[in-house]
Amino acid sequence: MSTNTIVSLPDQSTARIPKVNFLTKENGLLSWLLTGDHKRIAILYLISITFFFFIGGALAGLIRLELLTPQSDLMATDTYNKVFTMHGVIMIFLFLVPSVPATLGNFLIPIMLGAKDLALPKINLLSWYLYVVGGILVLYTMISGGVDTGWTFTTPLSTHYVNTNVMSTGLAVFIAGFSSIFTGLNFIVTIHKMRAPGMTWFRMPLFVWSHYAASILMVLGTPVLAIAIVLVALERTMGIGVFDPTKGGDPLLFQHLFWFYSHPAVYIMILPGMGVISEVISTFSRKRVFGYTAVAFSSVAIAVFGFFVWAHHMFIMGISNYAMLVFSLLTMLVAVPSAIKIFNWTFTLYKGSITFETPMLYAFGFMGLFTIGGLTGVFLGTSGTDIHLTETYFIVAHFHFVMVGGMLMAFLSGIHFWWPKMTGRMYPEKISQLAAVVTFIGFNFTFFPQFILGTLGMPRRYAAYPPEFQVLNVFSTAGATILGVGYLLPVLYLTWSLKYGEIAGNNPWQATGFEWQIQSPPLTENFTVTPIMDHEAYDYEWLENQKAKEVASVG
Amino acid sequence: MSDSTAIANGAPEAQHHEHPSYQRHHFESVEQQADATNFAMWLFLLTEIMFFGGLFTAYLIYRNWYYPAFVAASHQLNIFWGTANTGVLISSSFTMAMGVWCAETRRKSGLVLCLVLTFVLGLIFLGIKTIEYSEKIEKHHVPGFHYSVKNFTDPASDPETYKEYKDKPMPLDMARHTELYFFLYFAMTGMHALHMIIGIAILGFMIFRARAGAYTGGHVTFVENFGLYWHFVDIIWIFLFPLLYLISRHQ
Repeated sequence: MSTNTIVSLPDQSTARIPKVNFLTKENGLLSWLLTGDHKRIAILYLISITFFFFIGGALAGLIRLELLTPQSDLMATDTYNKVFTMHGVIMIFLFLVPSVPATLGNFLIPIMLGAKDLALPKINLLSWYLYVVGGILVLYTMISGGVDTGWTFTTPLSTHYVNTNVMSTGLAVFIAGFSSIFTGLNFIVTIHKMRAPGMTWFRMPLFVWSHYAASILMVLGTPVLAIAIVLVALERTMGIGVFDPTKGGDPLLFQHLFWFYSHPAVYIMILPGMGVISEVISTFSRKRVFGYTAVAFSSVAIAVFGFFVWAHHMFIMGISNYAMLVFSLLTMLVAVPSAIKIFNWTFTLYKGSITFETPMLYAFGFMGLFTIGGLTGVFLGTSGTDIHLTETYFIVAHFHFVMVGGMLMAFLSGIHFWWPKMTGRMYPEKISQLAAVVTFIGFNFTFFPQFILGTLGMPRRYAAYPPEFQVLNVFSTAGATILGVGYLLPVLYLTWSLKYGEIAGNNPWQATGFEWQIQSPPLTENFTVTPIMDHEAYDYEWLENQKAKEVASVG
Repeated sequence: MSDSTAIANGAPEAQHHEHPSYQRHHFESVEQQADATNFAMWLFLLTEIMFFGGLFTAYLIYRNWYYPAFVAASHQLNIFWGTANTGVLISSSFTMAMGVWCAETRRKSGLVLCLVLTFVLGLIFLGIKTIEYSEKIEKHHVPGFHYSVKNFTDPASDPETYKEYKDKPMPLDMARHTELYFFLYFAMTGMHALHMIIGIAILGFMIFRARAGAYTGGHVTFVENFGLYWHFVDIIWIFLFPLLYLISRHQ
């Protein structure tokens, strides 16, 4: 396997990291805090979301430790409620939503389009500051007693019954929401108005297409979440009754408004990950993505369908049978574009020259786990089975397969894939392959037993459970430990590689995107001359010709 | 195959070609910059529509459910001040549009005048809104704050409104839903007023900059985009006014 690789690094004895690049151009803390450079903002985001990921991960560890035994013994039951709520809030709003778009998307979209920066650099920086303010508010919530409504802020629990920090958490989510609106807005404007000459819509990398679709969701969905949270806050402080049945209000209205954002939000989380997978699969099988147009349009289709399925979160909440029928059908429809992607990636692999570098291993992990997560989603979209399975561990396993098995795998795949571009240095290959495998094994150990627990009827959100469920819970907790190691490893060796990694050169993967034709790490302006796109995306022949020409001109 | 020119290996700073001071260097041209910021403003307004959309949805649902309560409650709004405010706001949109035209045609004093007029009209709108709000406080129609359904269970207790509409007394069960109406009234007009206040603050800033000639040198994007915002806030009111004040008023 070691000979079978596409990695080609420059001669390590002579290679140097370019002296002038976006990291070295200016120094000092202020040059970072006031930067307009999309690449620096991406790095700021990367550091902050990693921080919150590990806080959320520690909380997940506490949850799994509590569930090791049937009794609620590690913590009191209301502490448990707070722990899983904070885990959800942090992981969703502070990690998954900004994960790929705000880091890799921020870094790569302008470069992939051949632009010098995002259209609105100051708004981009504002977005990061809003994220930080939201994050600080969440930390404040945690140290001042936490919140125990679950991440869904379900009314009337959140408005009438709990006396925890609903307001500060709500404000945090509100503010973090605007950070994601601004990121999405910036992407849409950039993709429409900043493409280099020759970069037509159907020459854009699929990474850009999937971010475009996710941005539409961010821009249209997030404001509805904002107004839902404002209404919860008003209900709590002034008792105005818009969600209070005793005053004629309707708690279901909250559910409609909340899920109108929060269902599309899962596509905000997964679509950018799918973009990463398209790039990685193509590069490591040396083939153009099969059915480029279909994959591009399937992203947009997911965004459009994604807006019309929200009520499948409400099947047991008393919506009408007809509404259930329609939303169930629409939910099935959204599986079609997702399947188009999976099939097209598989066809891309078919007869490709596949190599197994770390990003590709994570991408394989994504394809398998996302497929399981997606198919169990179809079970849950069927209203009959949903009534049996909802509020059980089956739900928990389903969305962790999609979000952790899908998005987190894609995020790690992308981080490894573009690490050489972002830092100029390679990560260590062997240990990172090991980390990918450990993550995959740990993940399955953790979450597969939860499917079984769910079908057996173990409810979610309880600190205690009947003793007959213990064996599977022990499996799950043991798996979480392995998974934790899988996530710690990259932090260690990626940090190590900042200083000791091999010099990567411009294009270690022999990939075709604009980002691989410039120096690593890139210049602040990305390009010295505005590039011209004169070929289709993923055109490996074009790359061969380029190389041949270079050799000829040097010779 | 001109793409190879894009390959850069630690090349010195990109050359700084000549461009006007207001062009940010990551744009190829002023046109691209104006185009992009304009498009961004439209997208931002789209998010605003979604934001208000949640409130409009709530209003339409509850209006259908508690129709009699909503009609009776809407009789309590002051149609004179409401109409006057609509007039004020439409005039302010006109002065704003004139302001954009002045900026485009580089008329500095005209622009300053238009901005000041818009600023004043905005303040008048808020002033009238204050009169309306204080009326609600006097009548105990502020939800969650000494709210009273007396005017609806016993319409004759409010002779002025009773003379005009002859509302029948409502059972308490329906009358208490007027509180929802007034909540939505305050939430929607309050959110609208908040947007006005933000707009007026920006206008104040723009008046200073305009007097220094910042917008009459050919770079009008900021004035144009602010105009879009102002018209948007205006349009929200154009929807709020009939929904809250006018429809089914005489049923």
